[in-house]
Amino acid sequence: MISLTNIVKRYKMGEEEFKALDGVDLEIQRNEYVALIGPSGSGKSTLMNLLGCLDTPSEGKYVLNGRDTSTMNDNDLAKVRNQEIGFIFQSFHLLPRMTVLQNVMQPLVYRGIPKAERVKMASEALDKVGLSHRMGHRPNQLSGGQRQRVAVARALVGKPSILLADEPTGNLDSKTSAEIMSLFDELHQQGQTVIVVTHEPDIAAHCHRTLRVSDGKIVQDSVNEKRVAK
Amino acid sequence: MYAFMEAFRAAMSSLMAHRMRSFLTTLGILIGTGSVIAVVSLVQGFSESIKSQFADIGGSTMTLQAENNNENFRTGKLNNIHFADLDALRYKVPGVGVVAPIMQVQTAGASYKGRTASPQIIATTTEFQAVRARFPEYGRFIVESDDKGRRRVAVIGAQLRDDLHMAENPVGEFFRIGNEWFKVVGMMEKQGELLGFSQDNYAVIPFDVGRALMGNNNEPFISASFTVQKMEEVEQVRERVKRAVRQSRGLKPGQENDFKVEAADTFIKQFDKITGTATAVLGGIVGISLLVGGIGIMNIMLVSVTERTREIGILKALGATRRDILIQFLLEAGLLALLGGIIGIILGYLVGMGIAAMIPGFPPAQAPLWVVIAAAGFSALVGVIFGIMPASKAASLDPIEALRFE
Repeated sequence: MISLTNIVKRYKMGEEEFKALDGVDLEIQRNEYVALIGPSGSGKSTLMNLLGCLDTPSEGKYVLNGRDTSTMNDNDLAKVRNQEIGFIFQSFHLLPRMTVLQNVMQPLVYRGIPKAERVKMASEALDKVGLSHRMGHRPNQLSGGQRQRVAVARALVGKPSILLADEPTGNLDSKTSAEIMSLFDELHQQGQTVIVVTHEPDIAAHCHRTLRVSDGKIVQDSVNEKRVAK
Repeated sequence: MYAFMEAFRAAMSSLMAHRMRSFLTTLGILIGTGSVIAVVSLVQGFSESIKSQFADIGGSTMTLQAENNNENFRTGKLNNIHFADLDALRYKVPGVGVVAPIMQVQTAGASYKGRTASPQIIATTTEFQAVRARFPEYGRFIVESDDKGRRRVAVIGAQLRDDLHMAENPVGEFFRIGNEWFKVVGMMEKQGELLGFSQDNYAVIPFDVGRALMGNNNEPFISASFTVQKMEEVEQVRERVKRAVRQSRGLKPGQENDFKVEAADTFIKQFDKITGTATAVLGGIVGISLLVGGIGIMNIMLVSVTERTREIGILKALGATRRDILIQFLLEAGLLALLGGIIGIILGYLVGMGIAAMIPGFPPAQAPLWVVIAAAGFSALVGVIFGIMPASKAASLDPIEALRFE
């Protein structure tokens, strides 16, 4: 479903050019549960941005669901993000002025879905994360764990191909982290493709496949036997 | 369409989230439109009231009067309309209806039972009534036999009656103009005030009586009002009158006219021109104030875009296109300016009405619908135009950078 071929991403730092990604090849199938780990500066975030279609590679090819996104323009990328990617961020990134329901409906606004339908879809998504009783609240009235679950609902509402989580438990205590991760496990069991970017080994341990990134390359691609067997 | 509605809602909610700031931002627009509506409503009220006072003098009434330049006034050789000119007007020009000669009589004022007043004394004939479309409230107007018999009778205006403390119905009273006794035979309908001057401080006397009053040593200053039989012939008749009067005054070809023929609505046209110019000047000032207001909006919108960088990043991650972001911020700027404009219109109108009420005798303020719509539309337009820069800045933010923004 995801196919990266010889991806290079270059950045200019003043006069000097450096490669954040240096020839990445990667295949991820539908319903995989992947952890992307590596120290900061390894190119992990750049890879995530590319996978999330927030950015395009300098070289190489990124085919997502049969479509080559490496040459798309801003508008097409926005559309791909809207339909194929569900983002979950470390600091939740909910819109503070909107209610929980409005936050979850927001991606559907850009699809031009009528309001009644939006409300229905968003309620279903909130139901999935167990927050349907908090629809009218503002994000600042919720706990961190609840906020992150709202963000998960927002990521899920458009039925994306990939759930892309960037340090999803970075701002949560261990108990709520565990809750969020078991929510991910559940979503994966329901058939969702999940990619988690993290530097915490116990978060990565939830995943079935681990990709270790270092110096712009994937240096390790291992299967988590324990999890898969289960 | 749904996206547009949502953008509208989002714009509204972000304006409401910073009420105080939104209000201060749009203050420039508010004051700009407010002052324009205040002034325009005053000018319009004023000009409507003047026009309605002139409305009874139709476009088919014209006047013939002598024209004097500064040189004439300096040397004292003033041009005047002569009786021959009146005859030419009366008998030689087809299309001319009734002709009323009008003579301003210079006298020592009027007196009645020890009270004095200085009315305008107009000597004219019975046709004056038809030409000016003014009618008596009490008694009658000058009739032909008054003129032929050189009767010492007068028709007075309401202001003169009040100045001289005559009875409510002054018909039958005797008063003096200069040293001559006149009998009041009628009082005209009240005209009201124009530019603060009463239009009712006058006495009308028969034309020949006026001539006698002036004496022979003084050439009377004469003009004539006349009607045109067919409204649509006004311009042709004007040309014919000019030709006939040139002939009677013995002007050679190439010599300039020393008289003018004007339609009675000339004053209204001139007035329209004055108010038009005033409005244009005002429009310029408002343009500048709206420009300043627009710059204020642009500033705050730029601040707002920076402040909301992360929010924009989130929206982009969720799939907002450049266009979605652009529309949202343009709407926000336009809405901000429109709200300011609307509040300004309401305040401006209230201020206009307040000022009109405070000045005695000033007609009530009027805000024509087109001015209101234009003001509202223009302020929204200013908002959108000055919103373009901040909005396109927001739209072109890089989502990755924007998401990272603290």
